[in-house]
Amino acid sequence: MDATEQIKPSFPRLGQPAPAFEVQTTQGNLRLEDFKGSWLILFSHPADFTPVCTTEFIAFAEIAPELKKRNVELCGLSIDSTYSHIAWVWNIERNFGIKIPFPVIADLNKEVATLYGMIMPGESKTETSRCVFVIDPNGILRAMIYYPLTTGRNTQEILRVIDALQTTDKHGVATPANWKPGEKVIVPPPTTSDGAEERMKAGFETKDWYFSKKAL
Amino acid sequence: MARKILALIAHSTPLSEIARETGLPLYRVRSAARELADANLTERKEDTYALTEAGRLVLAQGSGKV
Repeated sequence: MDATEQIKPSFPRLGQPAPAFEVQTTQGNLRLEDFKGSWLILFSHPADFTPVCTTEFIAFAEIAPELKKRNVELCGLSIDSTYSHIAWVWNIERNFGIKIPFPVIADLNKEVATLYGMIMPGESKTETSRCVFVIDPNGILRAMIYYPLTTGRNTQEILRVIDALQTTDKHGVATPANWKPGEKVIVPPPTTSDGAEERMKAGFETKDWYFSKKAL
Repeated sequence: MARKILALIAHSTPLSEIARETGLPLYRVRSAARELADANLTERKEDTYALTEAGRLVLAQGSGKV
């Protein structure tokens, strides 16, 4: 019986604990709980030794120092063996001069892929799609992004999502469309009539009672 | 690196401090400490680890004290 028969395929939910796992990686045995206290970007790719995935691994490695400054760890995953991952990571270093600093999960039995809903049978039954899960230091799933097999990810957008989530946590605000660090943020709308009246006098940049921005 | 982690555990060094001293990410230190426990060289005591008799012996052998 394979893992897909044992584990009911599911999609994790934002705001809930990320599904626990214990896996073999290129950096040894790891559990989700090992990342407690750090943010984690868990991402899947379709297969080792493929061109789009190679560009993505290079792009993730390039933002790794910026992520480290933000207390964020990276962890890759595909339905390949540890040996394949090691050979590919070495190949990337040899051909592109980029060292991959993060662990890569060998999810040969599809256990994590199934738990996290990384397999899209309409695209492929044997490969994980390009999924990104942002897990906070308490193990709560905070963001999910899914890309199809043919479209490489935008790692600057992933960095932006991290900045937005950390800004939300630190300041209790939301962030508008296309927000970048340094730009004004959204003050959560009031939920009562009294609150709405107060908001109009609160000194924020207010378009209307429900739409206020402020600088941080 | 495992021996260095073992030596730091022998001094009751917290895992976060071991990560700083070794330059390893904390997740790798946690993983290594667990694997040392699986090998009966350390034992978990709530949020920290301590050396077992076998762990002390392995460390002493490495330092030439046996």
